[in-house]
Amino acid sequence: MRDDLLPLAKPAPLLDRRGWAVFLAVGFILIVLVPLLNLLPGKTSAIHLPDYLIPLLGKYACYAILALSLDLVWGYAGILSLGHGAFFALGGYAMGMYLMRQIGSRGVYGNAELPDFMVFLNWKELPWYWYGFDSFPFAMLMVVLAPGILALVLGWFAFRSRVTGVYISIVTQALTFALMLAFFRNDMGFGGNNGLTDFKEILGFPVQSPDTRIGLYIASVVAMGLCFLLCRFVTLSKLGRVLLAVRDAESRVRFFGYSVTNAKLFAFTLSAVLAGIAGALYVPQVGIINPGEFSPANSIEIAIWVAVGGRGTLYGAMLGGVLINLVKTWLTGAAPELWLFVLGALFIASTLLFPKGVVGMVGQVKAKLAQRAAFAEADKKPAPGSAGGE
Amino acid sequence: MQEELQAGLDPTIAEKPRVSDSQLYLDGVSVAFDGFKAINNLSLIVAPGELRTVIGPNGAGKTTMMDIITGKTRPDQGEVMFAGRIDLTKLDETAIANLGIGRKFQKPTVFENLTVFENFELALKSARGAWHTLFGRLNGEALDRISWALNTVGLRGRVTDLAGSLSHGQKQWLEIGMLLVQDTQLILLDEPVAGMTDAETAATAQLILQLVGQRTLVVVEHDMEFVRDLGARVTVLHEGRVLAEGSLDQVQNDQRVIEVYLGR
Repeated sequence: MRDDLLPLAKPAPLLDRRGWAVFLAVGFILIVLVPLLNLLPGKTSAIHLPDYLIPLLGKYACYAILALSLDLVWGYAGILSLGHGAFFALGGYAMGMYLMRQIGSRGVYGNAELPDFMVFLNWKELPWYWYGFDSFPFAMLMVVLAPGILALVLGWFAFRSRVTGVYISIVTQALTFALMLAFFRNDMGFGGNNGLTDFKEILGFPVQSPDTRIGLYIASVVAMGLCFLLCRFVTLSKLGRVLLAVRDAESRVRFFGYSVTNAKLFAFTLSAVLAGIAGALYVPQVGIINPGEFSPANSIEIAIWVAVGGRGTLYGAMLGGVLINLVKTWLTGAAPELWLFVLGALFIASTLLFPKGVVGMVGQVKAKLAQRAAFAEADKKPAPGSAGGE
Repeated sequence: MQEELQAGLDPTIAEKPRVSDSQLYLDGVSVAFDGFKAINNLSLIVAPGELRTVIGPNGAGKTTMMDIITGKTRPDQGEVMFAGRIDLTKLDETAIANLGIGRKFQKPTVFENLTVFENFELALKSARGAWHTLFGRLNGEALDRISWALNTVGLRGRVTDLAGSLSHGQKQWLEIGMLLVQDTQLILLDEPVAGMTDAETAATAQLILQLVGQRTLVVVEHDMEFVRDLGARVTVLHEGRVLAEGSLDQVQNDQRVIEVYLGR
């Protein structure tokens, strides 16, 4: 009697056949083809990929992870965080601190113990919170813990007090602004205005060398793939459906006996951790991290990537992150004064014309065509989906 | 006869019922919003397995009463006990829901972007922790429950459709069905037939009558035809307190009830 329900009860596969095919194809191109095209052909060959493109593509992969992390909380749990840049920057700073400690006595002042900016500030010893960052595993732990714990604490207070909607956006925006001001201060011990830079080595490899850059690029792409699969797993689980339910009817979920606070807290913390990982991969590839990464405008831009790409789809958000940054890279070179106008126009267009983003546009057009076909076919049966007009 | 009628109508004359025998027990409950007493010294006792209908003019405090029972609103004073021993005023919505108290909202509230099946899955009584929901899987028993609820509310043919595509009446049924798989002992229904056609209303009455004895039900409703179909004991609320209680005929002939409904 319940046999017809059995297929519904089976957990959905992480990706269907076509999904895996696309996933593996993209992975092959990015992990195998791109590095080979950079390494094998001669510098003058037409198919040679210039060196500068490698860290650029690596940067895009980091942005894609960042967009993915925001989509998890915004697209699924309905929490529009306008402070995700803060988690990204914290992960970046944790990595930056490791890289600073690797400089050793090769700094301008040649102090083996203290980073240059501390020598410059006349500090005599390393502040306690810099302890341990000479160890890579410890630094990686901090990449995850610093944003994770901040999100956990902030989220616990906010979600427990039922701060929702625009209020949570304002709170997160204030958070990133406050952190920016704090990190700008020299006596915070994070390099102040200049941030952390002049990196030499990561795990013993020279940061600037083409080979290291390819390694970092591949690490970013692999991380992007893994983060995507992780988010996919979460959103396909029952927890994913609880999050969707929270987004659409929060109090209804509570009256069914779920803790909305815990569900949101889980998504928010996981999302912050992913953003931190993105930041950590980003810093060695761009060679600097400074308080500008905390700027509120950065966080708002992430929301635009996700909105333009397509909320609640994961891959749409990633696509949005990459696409907009492609345009940004090109336009800030070609006509820098236009960039902000284009960004604004894109956001308005996505809100008005394609609310489901670039990814949803395909579905939107398909649905329109199907509807038209159904209407044309016959009047005896109204098209499904258009019949619910009560 | 006259005395008997009085006894049925006036809670102060009725013998003091015992908390321990009740499914739901409200005593002297009051709550005020900005000085306005939405609930004013309300006392109500519902026995296990009973079906109780609650009627009353707009603003009588019907929905506020449900808010108090389900933990959404905390009373300023008074006792609210579940199953004779659990003090509901100390618990929040989530804890109260997990005790087995389910609630259908006045406006049907289902998860529109999930399928009918997924709606049932979420309502299903199972571990609710974030970790459990991340790795949880449905078992055979759970499927049987969903299957039974689907048949009971007549949504078998729509399992894979999005809840948002259901008609208004079907959404009401879906929400009731979800309360059934939630494994509730006490079900609070706030205007379950609002916006339904006559046929749907009659079907809903049948559905509710099917549940009498298995679950304790409190139904708030304006539709007198529907209340008559249910044929249960009626409590009339007015200005946040119980005005009358008894069979529908009894309360409809009560002078105070007539005054309240027809105006003075």
